[in-house]
Amino acid sequence: MAIPDFEKIFQGKIDEEIKIEPKDWMPDAYRKTNLRQISQHAHSEIVGMLPEGNWISRAPSLKRKAILLAKVQDEAGHGLYLYSAAETLGMNRDEMINDLHSGKAKYSSIFNYPTLTWADMGAVGWLVDGAAILNQVMLCRTSYGPYARAMVRICKEESFHQRQGFESLLVLSRGTDEQKAMCQDAINRWWWPSLMMFGPKDSESTNSDQSMKWKIKRKTNDELRQQFVDMIAEQIKVLGMKLPDDKLKWNEERKHYDFGEINWDEFWQVVKGNGPCNKQRLEARRKAHEDGAWVREAAVAYASKKNAAKTKAA
Amino acid sequence: MFNSFIRKFYYGDIPEDNAGGSTTDSTPVSNSGWPLWEIFIRSKQGLDHKHVGSLHAADATMAIENARDVYTRRQEGISIWVVESKYITASNPEEAGELYEPAADKIYRHPTFYQLPDEVNHM
Repeated sequence: MAIPDFEKIFQGKIDEEIKIEPKDWMPDAYRKTNLRQISQHAHSEIVGMLPEGNWISRAPSLKRKAILLAKVQDEAGHGLYLYSAAETLGMNRDEMINDLHSGKAKYSSIFNYPTLTWADMGAVGWLVDGAAILNQVMLCRTSYGPYARAMVRICKEESFHQRQGFESLLVLSRGTDEQKAMCQDAINRWWWPSLMMFGPKDSESTNSDQSMKWKIKRKTNDELRQQFVDMIAEQIKVLGMKLPDDKLKWNEERKHYDFGEINWDEFWQVVKGNGPCNKQRLEARRKAHEDGAWVREAAVAYASKKNAAKTKAA
Repeated sequence: MFNSFIRKFYYGDIPEDNAGGSTTDSTPVSNSGWPLWEIFIRSKQGLDHKHVGSLHAADATMAIENARDVYTRRQEGISIWVVESKYITASNPEEAGELYEPAADKIYRHPTFYQLPDEVNHM
């Protein structure tokens, strides 16, 4: 069979909403795009534990501490679901981790911002997880089977993350003047970076959009961003806080909120490694991995010793 | 040729150039001594074990413990099976046509093939 036929069958499946599974034929570029995207997503979950880990030992109550611990543990789990989905495309775990540590692989830039106060834990849950969820809900229908299944599991767990964030801010917003100010300050700092999470504007690209044609992605960056703005602009009213954007205004004609221009220069600076915490985050990951090396080796040694004893006994 | 199509950068899909990590290669720390395991979970008594995903572990005991932490944080299971991935033999999707063809023309294996009078109940 000639190669173009394979491609036709492949695209035919995509068009008919039949999922692509690991052993199915797929174009190289489809494999690569998925691999890059799933591994970046996995790295984001793993690095995403760091800004929150910062507050586990300083949570204001045992209840908040337990919640934060559970959330961070979920992120670790999400990273693992995604790493194994990526592995089905033929890259091994060590390679992925090394690419993260060397800076070759990316993770979501949002985690290169610092978490300065306790209110940031609320803002991260509400805004950052809120933005991530919109993307992840869409990805539950992505065309690559293992990725879609991982996403379904993640989405089930993620909604508690956003709700606990909002609830935590709600408590602050009804607290003392200092707590209110802390709440507003966290929102001010996290709003724009959250909008940047959806990536560059659609108009940045004039090329035909292969990721949409392959149904890896099913909504554009701008569509998702608008959905997010519309959602948050309403929710913030409940908090009695303000989003830091003078241009934010309901547009009756569009039936959407208009909003101001994102600082794209900042976006690209952070992507390129010049954000406030890029170096610190990668250092922390590398250190954790290297410090854990002896545990991994010991486990292997123990397993082979036990195995040898079993073989001998048999 | 395909690369020319995927120029659009999405959330979670940022192009590959240096993200600010050190340019000196860190020594690759390998855990490749940990094989991959496929995980099957019975969500409740009376149901089948169902494949939920895979993970790395040094041995079967660790695979079960890791599976508990990764796949049953919210009481999703009451029983776990782990099988080292290399022991799974899978059918080849490219041969699916031939493999399943024998079943395709035997519609008489389905109850709906048989037309019975309306008076016949419970059948």
